[in-house]
Amino acid sequence: MNIEQGIVELIRKAETELPKDVINALKKACKIEKGVAKTQIETILKNVDLAKKTQRPMCQDTGIQIFFVTVGVNFPYTNKLNDLIIAGVKRATKEIPLRPNTVDPFTGKNHKDNFGDHIPYIIWNFSSGSDANITALPKGSGSENMSKLGMLKPSVGIKGVKDFVLKEVINAGGNSCPPAVVGVGIGGGADIAMHLSKVALLRPIGNRNKDKKIALIEEELIKRINESGIGPMGLGGKTTVLDVHIEKAHRHPASLPVGISIQCWADRRAQMVIHKDGSWEVK
Amino acid sequence: MEYHLKLPAGKDEIKKLHAGDVLFVTGKIFTARDEAHSLMLKESKIPFNPSGMALFHCGPLMKKNGKKWKVVSAGPTTSSRMEIFEDKFIEKFGINIIIGKGGMGEKTKNALKKNTCVYTSFTGGAGVLAADKVEEVLDVYWLDELGMTEAVWLFKVKEFGPMVVAMDSHGKSLYKDQG
Repeated sequence: MNIEQGIVELIRKAETELPKDVINALKKACKIEKGVAKTQIETILKNVDLAKKTQRPMCQDTGIQIFFVTVGVNFPYTNKLNDLIIAGVKRATKEIPLRPNTVDPFTGKNHKDNFGDHIPYIIWNFSSGSDANITALPKGSGSENMSKLGMLKPSVGIKGVKDFVLKEVINAGGNSCPPAVVGVGIGGGADIAMHLSKVALLRPIGNRNKDKKIALIEEELIKRINESGIGPMGLGGKTTVLDVHIEKAHRHPASLPVGISIQCWADRRAQMVIHKDGSWEVK
Repeated sequence: MEYHLKLPAGKDEIKKLHAGDVLFVTGKIFTARDEAHSLMLKESKIPFNPSGMALFHCGPLMKKNGKKWKVVSAGPTTSSRMEIFEDKFIEKFGINIIIGKGGMGEKTKNALKKNTCVYTSFTGGAGVLAADKVEEVLDVYWLDELGMTEAVWLFKVKEFGPMVVAMDSHGKSLYKDQG
């Protein structure tokens, strides 16, 4: 039993192998693209293949390390898990390796081990049972820099929400390394909307919101964004987004917050489960 | 059209390149992000001669094996961050090929035309493919001050590409909203 090693393997999996749903979506996009757009997707697929074979991070921007953790109330290592994740991140930085991506905003100093104030960012949830489940979502900054928060007037309604998402994703152009995945969080407050937009990115490509009304809006946004013609890497083409995922919270009567998180084609996600005897699997 | 250029590339060779063409380069390239742009523009003397090399917007992931540096992953970074420096940078250092991603703005577009320079797009995130085209890490500058990501790395590359000529020296661009 070595949970810290498990964390290293979780990060390695996320950084070196794309989830199957993303690969399938890219392959599908490759079939419908031509010319420059097709070259981009072919290059991406070649790169993904090579990264997996050689166990190297597919992108040099190995991101900020983000973990969504769901701890069973009977999981025996809850008090140690925070420290184990941090130790795993530091080791992964050397072993995989990862690019040192934690810079103090005031001094400009890079911590060199991907550890720093509030980073790795760990989001804690609780469930019944005795397992802990962890999803790693390393987030690169090319796409993260295109994030947006809109505090819309409620009177603009859902039409206003759709127009806002469309405008912002089109404005991002090639900067977010399209074909991208767009996470949209609607409602709550400013922080809740942004948080939900990240949670939305955890959903595999092709999975629609369970609420049929919202699922239809997701499909409409995919179609409208792709009609913009921005295309892979912003060089023109049919595929600007691979998917749009929406999550919602109830809102205050006076506000309509909309958070947008964009994930580049390197939609890196990996899962791990740790059992009560300390054994673990990375999926 | 597909072009394979040996660096340094001449003016005539750059002029031949048009938006939409595919390009591979062989020779010396150097990395520079925001901090390196800012520093190199401030310094009156820099420790290498960038003219004739391609400028690569990149913060690579590097690993040191003994004394030798090796590139692990090295795709392009978002070029628009360098927009505020690029026209002056092209002029000061005689750059004629830029490798980046996402496109650049109006000021750079004008500088490309004025200085016979092209902006090319390497597929963003394709870090491992790019790393494998680097034959040798020739040198690194300002590593202590700027750190791995922001330092200037000199690479000897072979058939580095495919890049798409995204903004050419004739004022044409493939990008919709960035000119």
